[in-house]
Amino acid sequence: MTTPRKRQRRVRPAVATVGILLMASGVLAACGGEDDGGNNLVWYINPDAGGQDKIAENCTKQSGGEYTITTQVLPQDAGQQRIQLARRLAAGDPEIDIMSLDPPFTAEFSAAGYLAEIPSDLQTKFEEQAFASAVDAATWEDELVVAPFWSNTQVLWYRKSFVDKAGLDMSQPVTWDQIITAAADNDGTVAVQANKYEGYSVWVNALVSGAGGEIATDTEKGADATVTIDSEAGQAAADVVAELNGSDAAPADLSVSNEGTAATSFAADTGAFMVNWTFIWNNYGEERLDDDIGFAPYPETVEGEESAPPYGGIGLAVSNFSEHKDAAMKAVECLTTPENQGVNAELTGNMPSSPAGYDYPPLAELYDAQLLALFQESLERAAPRTVSPYWSDMSGAILSTWHPPSGVDDQTPDESATFMEEVLQGESLL
Amino acid sequence: MSTTVAPKKQARKKAQAPAIISDRARAENRLGMRLVAPAVILMLIVTAWPMAQALYLSLFRYRLTAPDDREFVGLANYGTVLTDQLFWQDTWNTVLIMVVTVAIELVIGFAFAMVMHRIIFARGVVRTSILIPYGIVTVVSAYAWQFAFSLNNGFVNGWLPFVPDDYNWFGGHWSAMFAIMVSEIWKTTPFMSLLLLAGLSQISEDMIEAAQVDGATWWQRLWKVILPNMRAAIMVAVLFRALDAFRIFDNIFVMTKGAEDTESSSFLTYRQVIEQVQLGLGSALSVLLFLAVLLIAFLIVKLFKVDLAQARGEA
Repeated sequence: MTTPRKRQRRVRPAVATVGILLMASGVLAACGGEDDGGNNLVWYINPDAGGQDKIAENCTKQSGGEYTITTQVLPQDAGQQRIQLARRLAAGDPEIDIMSLDPPFTAEFSAAGYLAEIPSDLQTKFEEQAFASAVDAATWEDELVVAPFWSNTQVLWYRKSFVDKAGLDMSQPVTWDQIITAAADNDGTVAVQANKYEGYSVWVNALVSGAGGEIATDTEKGADATVTIDSEAGQAAADVVAELNGSDAAPADLSVSNEGTAATSFAADTGAFMVNWTFIWNNYGEERLDDDIGFAPYPETVEGEESAPPYGGIGLAVSNFSEHKDAAMKAVECLTTPENQGVNAELTGNMPSSPAGYDYPPLAELYDAQLLALFQESLERAAPRTVSPYWSDMSGAILSTWHPPSGVDDQTPDESATFMEEVLQGESLL
Repeated sequence: MSTTVAPKKQARKKAQAPAIISDRARAENRLGMRLVAPAVILMLIVTAWPMAQALYLSLFRYRLTAPDDREFVGLANYGTVLTDQLFWQDTWNTVLIMVVTVAIELVIGFAFAMVMHRIIFARGVVRTSILIPYGIVTVVSAYAWQFAFSLNNGFVNGWLPFVPDDYNWFGGHWSAMFAIMVSEIWKTTPFMSLLLLAGLSQISEDMIEAAQVDGATWWQRLWKVILPNMRAAIMVAVLFRALDAFRIFDNIFVMTKGAEDTESSSFLTYRQVIEQVQLGLGSALSVLLFLAVLLIAFLIVKLFKVDLAQARGEA
């Protein structure tokens, strides 16, 4: 027979279980987030110095209560940003309304159906507003799939004192061969990005594009795209990499160099030339190495053929799984106005994607007028990385075959083309 | 001197007699079934289902971000993987890490187990301090060792007299593998010694004393009495650690990200599935990884010739 006391003891675990379940359900409900029926938009941004937060606030105010934009920060690393977004969007996550997308995976997301279609009148507006290269990078299958927000490009930075010593005329376009030779003959270095990371693919792509080639064509065919890196242009690119690697102008850390280490090499006593993004201008404080920094268009791969500087930047897209697509599209329109592009550029150094954005007055105070002109001119002819849903595989295949730079020779373009085709066809592991 | 092993139980002969199952035994059996049923069902849902899913996915060429290109390819993914040089390079790395770390851990772990077993004073403190590394999160210990070996702020270069101060441990294949293995050994030796300690404490002191009286030296007692009687415990320790080591991931992810050809099989699988969202190829890799783990478990059990039922103390 059970005594009352024992019975009471038995009851307790049951009460505790019910209690825990109730608590758990409360927690789960809290996780779900409340939808107040209003247009509460969540914008997934890449980390920056506060520019995106600021314009989110501006647009929330301007909308007069039509929508509210809150920001969520994605991981620092672009690859990790892609993974987080892709996995959530593949699962149809409705919690993402707007996202900041890097150009290399714009086509991939669009082909997968993750991006809401931009109405044609807005497409026209964005296309008219933005630089040609920004539009190229944002276009997939003849549709503008993201709104160009900010745009970045590379120029050739040089030390004025060094160029005077070497007697190189920088008012004319220079070639890679010229700057490598000038640097090697005068104990200088040419700083680039050649670690095993996306920055190296950017350089290779710029060299190939500069020689009039492309890494792949017919990219609408997805994995069956035609790989064209084993061309004269690919050969010219390999020649530049091999020439720099074999020359005294190569920095000691060439094979592990990135944007940051290149900036350090450039600032050293032997620093002579560097290719790097626009934001590097503000890397050297007000003194700018005793006013010794000059800038010129990106070097030519082939003499006489206009160079194609790299294109980088961010485009804004609305998720196809958002429950507030119309409001989100309006918000994107507001966030990418030339003025807001200017506000963002002032705060972060990430330059506008449109000529009108460059007219934002505070930028003229922060940057040299000639430099602003060079940025815009470079953006007009910049070459985006091959727009393909398979760019990450192409980039990986380039890195596997072109890294380290000391291994690059005449065979490299051919080897990388073969390997890239195998990777695209799923016949080889990356 | 012959090997002294505790007498085997006589139960085996009895078990071979025709089984007459009483009502009570049958009822107990039924109760047992009911008690394990929830666990079995849960296991089926959380492990068997994903495994079946992986097996199914491995037959497709399927990329998460290109769902329209999904295509049935049969066993082609396995063919791709098994003929790929990168796969074999990574498998070799993984086997090497497993063999080297488990061998070293077994020796050091046994020494630690002896210390923990025999120590008379400050027993709690010694046991705790030996076990501390195992209590540290693997990622944290990997970072700690990465900083230790780092060219810029590490102390290893300064402490080792025969290593130049500007030596980059993560700049070469073998030196990077060495750093990875050191962190793995440091982290998991305590686990090994804990399992061995359990085996040590099961050995009857009577047997050791009897051997001593018979004139066995310390070395003979170790090899002829202690180790043979610990065989089951050693098997369990080696099995657990070998399977863990074969799936090594965290240390490599933190320390080298797979650079300098230091990638392991798990890391390769991670890159295919998570980074490249190649669900088909990646699933094929994970199925192969699973089969490799099964094979290793089978080989170790065979190698030690241990009856698992006996190891658990069952009749």
